[in-house]
Amino acid sequence: MTDDDRVFKALADPTRRLLLDRLFERDGRTLTELESGLEMTRFGVMKHLRVLEDASLVVTRRSGREKLHFLNPVPIRLIHDRWIDKYRERRVSALADLKTELEEEPA
Amino acid sequence: MSTTADTTVTTQVYRVYIKATPQAIWDAITDPAWNQRFGYPGISEYDLRPGGVFRAAAPPEMAQAMGMPEEVADGQVVEADPPRRLVQTWRFLFDPELAAEGFTRLTWDIEEDDCGVTRLTVTHELEDAPKTAAAVASVARIYEGGGGWALTLSDLKTLLETGSPMTGEQG
Repeated sequence: MTDDDRVFKALADPTRRLLLDRLFERDGRTLTELESGLEMTRFGVMKHLRVLEDASLVVTRRSGREKLHFLNPVPIRLIHDRWIDKYRERRVSALADLKTELEEEPA
Repeated sequence: MSTTADTTVTTQVYRVYIKATPQAIWDAITDPAWNQRFGYPGISEYDLRPGGVFRAAAPPEMAQAMGMPEEVADGQVVEADPPRRLVQTWRFLFDPELAAEGFTRLTWDIEEDDCGVTRLTVTHELEDAPKTAAAVASVARIYEGGGGWALTLSDLKTLLETGSPMTGEQG
């Protein structure tokens, strides 16, 4: 699997997106904080966090005895640059071409 | 809310995998010939020894156009262990409110992974610096990609892997 595959796979699950949203609201959380209010076992949440870590969307860091989870926005940035920007540019340039073409046509 | 959460919430962590050697990444960060080619316009200069000066300058014409000082950030080198670890302080100077927040602590960890891939982790400790934190996170646009460190590190990856940056330089 490529890096992009891992990111898309990780994002293709509502629980994992919810976990990212929770970290977006407040970063640097423990597993206990992240699982609170989720109708899921601790093991289930750990599995989801593992997928997010494999995709590098979540980075963990030790602070004393606690393992804290941080949202890493870089993979989303890379997806944005490689995919979203590319298609947006093409659409914009297609419109620009159309404008040029229409304006050049004799009335 | 626990005290742990209160203190750690101010730290931001960014990670990127780059197909390059640790030395190439170290040079890209610390050598002005490289660091002027990615991220925000301008160059960064490092005196790579504990207590050494760090300064980042914007291109003069850009600083003038935006009505900001040429010196956009400064700090000190805390630890330089090439090509593995650079710890420095960081203070923005381009805006008086940001400058007033003072120095924050920035750590660059460079670790070799498998297959010629190197893992770069940037940890920015931003205690008592909410405006600086917002500036480096570009929080409002995070799901669109954001700016800040995410932009800078993505650009660094593009530069080292393709030979040209995704922003700035043309051709």
